[in-house]
Amino acid sequence: MSKPKGSKEAFFLAFFFICLAVFGALSFFKPWLPKLASDRTGIDRLFHTTLIMTGVVFVSVQSIVGYFIWRFSKEKNEKALYHPHDTKLEITWTVVTAIFLFALGGWGFKEWRSTMLQPPPKNAIMVEAIGQQFAWSFRYPSATGMFAKVDPNLISYKNPLGLDPKDESSKDNLYTKELYLPVNQPVVVRIRAMDVLHSFFLPNFRVKQDAVPGMTISTSFTPTQIGDFEIGCAQLCGAGHYTMRGMLHVMSVEDYQKKLDELRKPTKG
Amino acid sequence: MSEAVLTETHTEHKLSFFRRYIWSYDHKVIGLQYLITSLFVAAIAGTLAMLIRLELAWPGHSWPLLEKIFPNAMPNGVMLPEFYTALFTMHGTLMIFFFLSLALVAGFGNFLIPLQIGARDMAFPFLNELSFWTVVPGIIIMVFSMFIENGAAGAGWMSYPPLSAIAQAVPGSQVGQTLWIIGMVFFIASFTMGGINFVTTILNCRAKGMTFFRMPLTTWAIFTAAILGILAFPALTAGAIMLLFDRHFGTSFFLPSGLYFGDKVLPHHGGVPLLWQHLFWFLGHPEVYILMLPSMGFTSDILSTFCRKPIFGYAAMVVAIWAIGVLSFLVWGHHMFVSGMNPYLGAFFLVNTIVIALPSAVKVYNWLTTLWRSRLHLTTASLFAIGIVSIFVTGGLSGIFLALSPLDIHLHDTMFVVAHFHFIMAGAALFGVFAGTAYWFPKMFGRLLNEKLGKLHFWLTFLTYYGVFFPMQYLGIHGMMRRLYDPTRYDYLKPLQPINVFITICAFILGAAQLIFMFNFFWSMWKGEKADKNPWHANGLEWTASSPPPHGNWGDKDPVVYRWPYDYSYPGAPKDYLPQTIPEEEIKFAQKY
Repeated sequence: MSKPKGSKEAFFLAFFFICLAVFGALSFFKPWLPKLASDRTGIDRLFHTTLIMTGVVFVSVQSIVGYFIWRFSKEKNEKALYHPHDTKLEITWTVVTAIFLFALGGWGFKEWRSTMLQPPPKNAIMVEAIGQQFAWSFRYPSATGMFAKVDPNLISYKNPLGLDPKDESSKDNLYTKELYLPVNQPVVVRIRAMDVLHSFFLPNFRVKQDAVPGMTISTSFTPTQIGDFEIGCAQLCGAGHYTMRGMLHVMSVEDYQKKLDELRKPTKG
Repeated sequence: MSEAVLTETHTEHKLSFFRRYIWSYDHKVIGLQYLITSLFVAAIAGTLAMLIRLELAWPGHSWPLLEKIFPNAMPNGVMLPEFYTALFTMHGTLMIFFFLSLALVAGFGNFLIPLQIGARDMAFPFLNELSFWTVVPGIIIMVFSMFIENGAAGAGWMSYPPLSAIAQAVPGSQVGQTLWIIGMVFFIASFTMGGINFVTTILNCRAKGMTFFRMPLTTWAIFTAAILGILAFPALTAGAIMLLFDRHFGTSFFLPSGLYFGDKVLPHHGGVPLLWQHLFWFLGHPEVYILMLPSMGFTSDILSTFCRKPIFGYAAMVVAIWAIGVLSFLVWGHHMFVSGMNPYLGAFFLVNTIVIALPSAVKVYNWLTTLWRSRLHLTTASLFAIGIVSIFVTGGLSGIFLALSPLDIHLHDTMFVVAHFHFIMAGAALFGVFAGTAYWFPKMFGRLLNEKLGKLHFWLTFLTYYGVFFPMQYLGIHGMMRRLYDPTRYDYLKPLQPINVFITICAFILGAAQLIFMFNFFWSMWKGEKADKNPWHANGLEWTASSPPPHGNWGDKDPVVYRWPYDYSYPGAPKDYLPQTIPEEEIKFAQKY
């Protein structure tokens, strides 16, 4: 057994752990989350609370490890303590940890319920997002709010979604390459995929939902900021996965109407 | 133990080279076969990681030198996106299954279980060697698949269909994906044989006095991991066969109707892509613990030895191992919060995942308390064990973010997840391999690993590991998706590029540092300082066998166990350690005289 000559080494290790703790704590003064542009403020609140709670644990545990190493690796230390268990202590920390975890879990559950398990508001705008290797496209319903039936067998250059011409609403379903939404109005996005899995990701909106072939999955949120935002694909969808970038334009209600009317105008070619 | 093994002990010198090192029935040789093979796999998979980082730091940059090595995958020195998808797919697959699983469970498991429980060998020596030679073709097929036309599988290590099921979806989905499935089948077959062997051995072959609650935590952990493997892998076996049928025999397990590829609608109908995700993660999540549990066991044993202090809360540790094991079967859905799975199920998995954090936290508290008022010796092994504690805490805490499903909406499939699992699963397991190697190396080869090189390796690995994966968390929080060939395609990710460059530089140092380990391993094997039976003054039964132990391990007399392996600094004992083979009377006798 080599003699413990640890002190210099232990000092470095302890120093590293304490640096890590300090760095971990300081680094979060910069807001790392992209600027929020939707009504999902609850997610950000939960994020920051979790950050503080885990941050405190991170800082304390890493510095305790550092301190213990520095303190207990000295050469002149007395014999180690024979201390195999302490039931009271073990029960205490298990219960305390459980309380914190369940509090956080309970809040998480509440937030999940309000984000994912609530029916969308009645006045929500409907729009469809379709993932296909390697682009997003979008479809707005007809004036009566109907999405025409689609059949992949009918897909052609002129009919990129395969709308069924027998369906009345197919005539004024609007197909776009970019997504336009009015500000402060709830929206339901129906997410579909034509070939493989994709994932509809709006970093600024705390929205992410996989697009699964054979399924139509809805997600709802309310944009709260006017501006142009990037849409990402978060699920590996092939070699061109990284190119599958879309754009979302959030506009005032008037601008939005104007834009949609303009897009609906029949264009030649 | 059978007489046959005993007889073989005496006839060892007569064994041919082939029977001794190639087709051996000795658990130690088989363990080392696994360990050394897995290290070679790690070298390959690590190189792939370097290429991934190269691309992420300087996307689309031309590296003329690399064109010479990969003429098809990097024409003009620029990496093709399909090569990039193959890189991370193979990096994940090789690292998780063919390096970490093999090294920790099959390698250390084989080497340590009989030595730690006082058996002369595994219960089924033939099955044991067969399991090793079953995984070798799997490795060859996986590695070979990287050199075929259109390259290796490219649908990620979790191989989600339809991408993995349809040949035209991604180049890797042609022959590469089929080879991936076949390679995995070999792996699973081998791992199942090994698992059955481990469980049987631990249940039936313990030495006299080796009760369950005198087993070292390493044995407990590998025991649990082996059971998890036996129970979880069949789900992937079934899934892999179904995927093979979808790919080649026209079935539609995972493929719905209306799939539109290249101007054609495919004839599949009625399948559900999410079914694969359920089957995959029913294995995939226990697999994470299959890697972590052995590493946690090593940490407990190594910390206790080098703290000269009993592991704190042994019973709580065993309960925690089992709690983690059982709960690992009830949390798979946290990989699928935004997959389109019913969101009510998401709530169920949120709660279970929060619950699994509890036994993990208890383990950390116990390690900390073990360090408290210890007499800590800093060696390569104990440094890596301390590294595991630190890394496990960091990864565990980021896990809480991901367990909270509302936060997972934003963080899912971002670099945050990549950072998280590289800390908690990959990092803890990788450091486990290093800690375990440093600790048991003298038992394996009768020589010590060079401490200076070992410590240098630790420092470089530990610092750069944090350098790579700590900043990666910020990338994820900022919304950088994983598996992007070129993140600068997105305007909001462009400002983050310096962080990517920093991570890549750290990753290169991390990669280079592993050469020190490789050199140290093979150099010390032949040239290292000679070690005696028990160089660390440890208590475990393995340290009472000679270094390296002969075939049959214990010579003529079977060991008898009188105590648990953690009696360090035992009050009244003559030395600060008490091997498991020392009865209470002997201490009393020593005290008297």
